[in-house]
Amino acid sequence: MNLHEFQAKELFESYDLPVSKRGLIKKLSDIDSAITSIDFSNGCVAKVQAHTGGRGKVGGVKLCKNKEEIKNFVNSWLGKNIITNQTDEVGLPVNIISIDELTDIDSELYMSLIVDRADKCISMIVSKAGGMNIEEVAETNPEKILKLKFKNNAQVSEENINELSSKLDFNLNQAEQFKKIVRNTYKLFVEKDLSLLEINPLVITSGGELHCLDAKINVDENALYRQDEISGQRDPSQEDQREYQAKQHDLSYVSLDGNIGCMVNGAGLAMGTMDTIKLYDGEPANFLDVGGTATKERVGEAFKLILSDENVKGILVNIFGGIVRCDLIAEGIIGAITDIDVSVPIVVRLQGNMSDEGKLLLNNSGLNVIGEDSLMKASQKIVELVK
Amino acid sequence: MSILIDSSTKAIFQGFTGSQATMHAEQCIAYGTNIVGGVTPGKGGQQHLDLPVFDNVKEAIDKTGANTSVIFVPARFSKAAITEAAENGIELIICITEGVPVLDMIDVIDVLNNSESRLIGPNCPGVITPGEAKLGIMPASIHKKGSVGIVSRSGTLTYEAVNQTSEVGLGQSTCVGIGGDPINGTSFIDCLQMFQEDSQTESIVMVGEIGGTAEEEAAEYIKDNITKPVVSYIAGVTAPKGKRMGHAGAIISGGKGTAQDKFKALEGAGVSVVTDLNLIGSKLVEILK
Repeated sequence: MNLHEFQAKELFESYDLPVSKRGLIKKLSDIDSAITSIDFSNGCVAKVQAHTGGRGKVGGVKLCKNKEEIKNFVNSWLGKNIITNQTDEVGLPVNIISIDELTDIDSELYMSLIVDRADKCISMIVSKAGGMNIEEVAETNPEKILKLKFKNNAQVSEENINELSSKLDFNLNQAEQFKKIVRNTYKLFVEKDLSLLEINPLVITSGGELHCLDAKINVDENALYRQDEISGQRDPSQEDQREYQAKQHDLSYVSLDGNIGCMVNGAGLAMGTMDTIKLYDGEPANFLDVGGTATKERVGEAFKLILSDENVKGILVNIFGGIVRCDLIAEGIIGAITDIDVSVPIVVRLQGNMSDEGKLLLNNSGLNVIGEDSLMKASQKIVELVK
Repeated sequence: MSILIDSSTKAIFQGFTGSQATMHAEQCIAYGTNIVGGVTPGKGGQQHLDLPVFDNVKEAIDKTGANTSVIFVPARFSKAAITEAAENGIELIICITEGVPVLDMIDVIDVLNNSESRLIGPNCPGVITPGEAKLGIMPASIHKKGSVGIVSRSGTLTYEAVNQTSEVGLGQSTCVGIGGDPINGTSFIDCLQMFQEDSQTESIVMVGEIGGTAEEEAAEYIKDNITKPVVSYIAGVTAPKGKRMGHAGAIISGGKGTAQDKFKALEGAGVSVVTDLNLIGSKLVEILK
């Protein structure tokens, strides 16, 4: 789950990390109160709040010198969608704009904490080459990327941080501030179950102080049950509506551009099914994993979800039953087709746990469902049917 | 021979009396696996599926001599369950549960590093040595005792590979689902090493998916250490970048861990890569000729 920048900064504040004071604008009439909540003597930076990077490149971040400029910015963005190189062509709705106090910047660094899969620990990445595309730096100048591992889930030593500080050419004051930033971001990361914390850029101000100019936070979905405060900050408007709806039914769904709806159990097989459709010259309309505990109700919901995409011209159901019982899936399919008006062709491939019983149920249902034994044949069939 | 489990394995289930655990324990027992009991705190002393229930792992080991545990407890209790198993000397811990918080897994890895235990999973289908023992949620009927070692990050894709190797008549030595989470107990490399050393295993199928760099690391390892033929399939060629595909592990970000990267690395290591998952079985037959 993602947080907005302003939410991330509020979390930063509660962990005593240096961020800019800001005011929030959710409607035009908020501008005055937002301005009075910050030091506006030199103007401010107006920032669109949306779950995407690359906002600056499309005018979603702007220096505003007076109230008029803020008003223009708000008018041009509020209620509109922002489209960046990280969003789809529809973009994300802008419902909140933040105005941040100005910071005079001397230099920009990059800093992040991540779950390090390879080393099975939390790692911190820091670079003097901040503000720019960090992936590019990693490729062209890997020596400029410094890494610190929080091994054994323990705090890193003072010595390790000091060593980093000297590589980053910090003065004594900055080294002290950096130590605090490292300790507090780590504490925040662990206590709030984050999967990513990114400060890009972490700046050195003209006064020589370290300051977090931006803040990005991703939270581990699996840990939300113990993070009530953060769960409450979810902004469904920033999520694909069908994907959000799917989540409400414990389905894992990602919409794609094709016309063959897919319902599969297991993420790997779902991807494999998409790949197979593509190999046989079809285009998958979605990724949908009904999961290991698929019930009749969830299968019904999955059908509704797939059919809510009007591009869908046919559906391929591919179930290899381990935990999931194919007879239950068959019942769900029958129930769904009977309940909702399904006019597109459906090809069903059932294998594994209770698959014979499932196939029997489908065949005796009198419905227009085509059963296949192999994924290859099932894929070829559905591709042929949607042509 | 086989790897990880065989007919001598003595296994318990943690979370034994839950509905999923019960259903799968019944199937494991029906397969002939030596299940010696289970653990459900507060239900010690009861009988379940004609087997003893214990309050904790220590008691279960003391009374039954169990050396393996299959974990079916809810995600929020998985860290405690794995830790308890490891601290009491269970040699092989298989965690089926999906949805374990990733920071819990980092803690678990520390516990495992200070123990003699091996963890398979979490978020995995388990392990099966056909004809000997089944500890997991895989459908037994598709398996056949044979010579192919199968290791996979995805549950249902493992079944696909199993089914095909059975259909072409090769069968499986052992099948291991290592799980789809970003941090898990046992890696591709661990399994590849065990298969290389196992006399029953004559060839290996490795099923990967997009995200992370586990397949690339496995490719490096195969190049220098594996002499047995390896066939590999990677799911997710069509997955869009930056989107999470169900498994916490299956996400491509920043252009790293794409299916193409993985295919390239594996081909470079001499692995026979199939881009069509329906051809895993036939590819094996072809290269074993």
